[in-house]
Amino acid sequence: MQAVNYARATDVDDAVRLLIEGGENARVLAGGTDLIVQARERKRNVDLLVDVKHVEEFMVLEFDTNTGLKVGAATPLYQVYGDNNVKINYPAIVDASTVIGGKAIQGRASLGGNLGNSSPAGDSLPAMIVLGGVATLAGPNGRREVPVGEFFTGPGRNILETGELIVYISFPPVGAGEGAAWERFIPRNEMDIAVASAGAWVKIEGGSVTDARIALGAVAATPLVANDAAEALIGRPLTDESISAAGDAASEIASPITDMRGSIKQRKHLAKVLTERTIRMAADRIR
Amino acid sequence: MVATEKPQYKIIGTRPRRPDGVDKVTGRAQYGADIKLEGLLYGAVLRSPHAHALIKSIDTSKAEALNGVHAVITNADLVGSGQTFQPTTAEAIESGTYWQALEPGKASPRWAAENILAGPKVLYHGHAVAAVAADDVHIAQDALELIDVEYEILPHVVDVQDAMVDGAPILHPQLRTGVRAAGVDTRSDIETNLASHMRLESGDIEKGFAAADLTIEREFTSSQFHQGYLEPQNATAFWSHDGRINIWTSTQGSFMARDATADVLGVPVASVKVTPMEIGGGFGGKIPIYLEPMAAVLSKKSSRPVKMWMDREAVFQATGPTASSYSKVKIGVTNDGKITAAECLFAMGAGGFPGSPVGAGVQCALAPYKIDNQVIDGLDVVLNTPKTAAYRAPGAPATEYAVESVMDEIAEQLDMDPIDLRLVNVAEEGVRNSSGTPWPKIGAKEVLEAMKSHPHYLSEIQGEDVGRGIAIGFWFNGGMESSSSARVNKDGSIALILGSVDIGGSRASISMQLAETLGVTYEQIAPQVTDTDSVGYTAVTGGSRTTFAGGWVAYELGQTIKAEMISRAAKIWDISGDEITYTDEGTVVGPDDAEGNKRVFSFNELAGKLQATGGLIAVSASSSHTTQGAAYGGHIVDLKVDRDTGKTEILRYTAVQDVGTAIHPDYVEGQIQGGIAQGVGMALNEEYYYDSDGHLMNGSFLDYRVPVANDLPMLDVEMVEVPNPGHPFGVRGVGEVPIVPPQPTIRNAVYDAIGVRFYHTPMSPRRVLDELL
Amino acid sequence: MIPEPKVVNTIINGDSKQILVSERDSLLEALRDRIGMTGAKEGCNNGNCGACAVIMDGRLVNSCCVMAAEVEGAEIMTVEGLASRDELHPLQTEFLDNAALQCGICTPGFLMSSYALLQENPDPTEEEARFWLAGNLCRCTGYDKIIDSVLTVAKG
Repeated sequence: MQAVNYARATDVDDAVRLLIEGGENARVLAGGTDLIVQARERKRNVDLLVDVKHVEEFMVLEFDTNTGLKVGAATPLYQVYGDNNVKINYPAIVDASTVIGGKAIQGRASLGGNLGNSSPAGDSLPAMIVLGGVATLAGPNGRREVPVGEFFTGPGRNILETGELIVYISFPPVGAGEGAAWERFIPRNEMDIAVASAGAWVKIEGGSVTDARIALGAVAATPLVANDAAEALIGRPLTDESISAAGDAASEIASPITDMRGSIKQRKHLAKVLTERTIRMAADRIR
Repeated sequence: MVATEKPQYKIIGTRPRRPDGVDKVTGRAQYGADIKLEGLLYGAVLRSPHAHALIKSIDTSKAEALNGVHAVITNADLVGSGQTFQPTTAEAIESGTYWQALEPGKASPRWAAENILAGPKVLYHGHAVAAVAADDVHIAQDALELIDVEYEILPHVVDVQDAMVDGAPILHPQLRTGVRAAGVDTRSDIETNLASHMRLESGDIEKGFAAADLTIEREFTSSQFHQGYLEPQNATAFWSHDGRINIWTSTQGSFMARDATADVLGVPVASVKVTPMEIGGGFGGKIPIYLEPMAAVLSKKSSRPVKMWMDREAVFQATGPTASSYSKVKIGVTNDGKITAAECLFAMGAGGFPGSPVGAGVQCALAPYKIDNQVIDGLDVVLNTPKTAAYRAPGAPATEYAVESVMDEIAEQLDMDPIDLRLVNVAEEGVRNSSGTPWPKIGAKEVLEAMKSHPHYLSEIQGEDVGRGIAIGFWFNGGMESSSSARVNKDGSIALILGSVDIGGSRASISMQLAETLGVTYEQIAPQVTDTDSVGYTAVTGGSRTTFAGGWVAYELGQTIKAEMISRAAKIWDISGDEITYTDEGTVVGPDDAEGNKRVFSFNELAGKLQATGGLIAVSASSSHTTQGAAYGGHIVDLKVDRDTGKTEILRYTAVQDVGTAIHPDYVEGQIQGGIAQGVGMALNEEYYYDSDGHLMNGSFLDYRVPVANDLPMLDVEMVEVPNPGHPFGVRGVGEVPIVPPQPTIRNAVYDAIGVRFYHTPMSPRRVLDELL
Repeated sequence: MIPEPKVVNTIINGDSKQILVSERDSLLEALRDRIGMTGAKEGCNNGNCGACAVIMDGRLVNSCCVMAAEVEGAEIMTVEGLASRDELHPLQTEFLDNAALQCGICTPGFLMSSYALLQENPDPTEEEARFWLAGNLCRCTGYDKIIDSVLTVAKG
């Protein structure tokens, strides 16, 4: 482990202050399941860990049928997927958060941590994007809101500025005719980083898809919002043909690399397979 | 369980608790990294960022100056590194047995030293370059960043076929063996990566193929696999001012570790004492030494005890995985399935220094079959990957995978049941193996018959893209030297001191054999594994030899104890020992006395009289038997392939194996299940992944994908017992065989499921998709 | 720059402990290297093997992925705290009797993980048990006897 100091934030402003004082190598410590390992293996420069888990606002889990879901940046995954309101209304979050690492990881890891780590393969990211997740950030200049789909700028990089951190992520309420799902492909049945993943959200009214969102993971430098895939669905009934067209569009926009986890050919193919699977799952979940 | 002519045993075949069990479930067991000594320093190792480079200079001065750092070492600190170069000749390898693969300490001390800390060159990514001892592990790691190494990067080669071609980057300019990929060349002055060639030959190969109605020739490759033991390599050492070196380590062979460390350090063997700690898995990988000499020299330089353990990435980068392989197998058969000839070539990547397990692989390749005309060639190839070590049936999985895959294609073309094809050719007692030695009693046929009548094989399989496959596997099992001592206490309890490190239950299995020999209870035997000063020489725990050889020694100890008990009874009763019998129940019985009273002592009763009749009994025994019994296993799998993702799901798995005699059936089952799991990993997902610069990219449990709990179904084991006539209790050894069949079994089933033949393992989803898209 | 040692106050297996740690220590390092509690094992040091699993404030965590400083005020349960004074925990007994360990290095992690599973789901199916325990690697057993043991304990 590189030389680090540890500080416990007492409130949101205190966290911001600690981050500014700590400078560019100060990092927010939520579950730590990525950050601690990166610091230990000296893959990321860290000299101050700002622990936000003792501040209530970072640990919230609130649901209201009218306003939707609010998940603190450090609220551990087990709480999120264990919550009945999340299970009923946001099963796509459950799809992703139950397979991030093993159970011991889920005791600590958080949606905010997944977001802040900004890995293109982050499992919860496509799910958060298609659910219309919006991150509330706090920083030296106050608060701002950023849609999850606009958060990433590159592998491990995002729009957070110095002294800025994620406080919570909000999801809009679930309306009639809406359904969402997320799925990834991994070579084992657990404990892998996604070779590719996809999230889909569809709204079907009067037998026709009136709105849709598709997002892909691990097939580009950042999680991708696949507008072309969504467009292929909108304005027509959901059919094998439209689903296949969406899959083709997803595959088309995927610009993956070949590495130890997968090849370009495999990932482009999986983008289609997973897009099609998640669209079907999403449609099946419409209540 | 299928058993033939098995005697009635009292202890053998029962399932008692292991003596080390409670410590292991309560967290009290002391593994290598658990040791704590006063004044302990912590070590860390600087590793090469390059696959192949000359070390131009190393500057450790800044690291040495860091507060909290006590010592820094490089290869120059290992005396063994100055020893003369000893080329390993083709003859040396050829004359050696397969144990060469398990005893890498027998390699040149210079090579051993240069693998531990790089000499003039780094030969693989992660090769150790320098080591540091400091107050804690964090400071030691800080110090590594202060060591300046200047490298001159050289071209590298990590693929076994690439390493054999003319013009390939050369690892060792001194290596001039005259071996070429096409065979042995008379020009022995040419630089090469081919460290040795071996050939086994019998019959008339041309005549054999001429008699064949069908000949199939196929080429195969396999990736490099790691043992994946959960406990990283570790060593703690204290080099005292009087020259005594104490080492505490997790090793499969404490004596091997002692001798190899003494070689590398250039000190007398007697000055090194190795205390084997509990060991967290090995599977062959903890036979070589890595950290032991480093910790010792760091201790010498700092006058403090030094503890080191590898991080997981170092375990993958710089310990001994198995060899990657290239195989070419040609088999000819008659229309009724009789094999007329077989010709095989196997090349295996040894890693940075010579010594792949190709020799063992060559001997195993055709072992299940009677083949009169055969030629098998083996090539040992150096390349820029970590020096391979033994891994469960070293060499056999790759060679038998190739043969069993060709057998499956033959069965298909002849329209024969694949088990029937094997039964037509199965090796039996008296048949000569590839080395020309006649087999003693072996159970290959019994295994095939048990497979054929197994409910799994008789069941119907249903569903789209579902398939079934079978294959069989072979391993020699091991003999070699083992030692133990035993002391009978005044209450009849027995302290059993073992030289064999216990990696998976041998304290239990050897105690059970001693209890059976003496007719006493298992519970009254207290076994412990001890250090190298306290028991006779004992070879490694590996090769499935420990329960066999340890059992032999226990049996011999038991015989000595029995004889001594008889002589004590003779003394007490004042009669001749010839008149006294030691019964199977552990009682000592003499003829009735003059008054017609029975003369009988229970074991414990007589133990109580030992002190008064010459003292308690303390005996020791060492033996080296070569009567180990070869073992065969056959596997059956049902699986499903997802054509959309290329992923294979194991639905049902059955292993049938000749286990000789199952001493502790639960542990036998456990060995077989563990071997299956590792073999499934090799077949489907495990592999070393190098980038174009020769960097190992997946040195973690995240990306080197060993099977997790929900990757596998329950693994059914059918034990066939064909006792080994060369062992007092019929023990054969069970741990190695089960890793051999999974690759071809799964490969053959994948074909049955989706109609695609694979010629490389692992058949990862990516490779399956490549075939399907 | 070497950070000053730091005192961490915590409760381990019911006992109050003050641990003098380096601020760079993980909980695993604090347990093993600072106070000699070596029941939790280091298998990978990056959250992928589960050998270091402990229970922190009622949740299963990998102690290699927790900073020692974070446990200030927290309650920790390790494998050393699983047995009562008088007897082994049923999971420990079943692991022993069912030969669910070979080398035993993964056993502490599996026991803690299985304990956490049964706290949460006292009667898991085989599929649920395998999924829950997928974060714990075992290289010796093929998992068969481990899963079997957990299910046996659950059935009582």
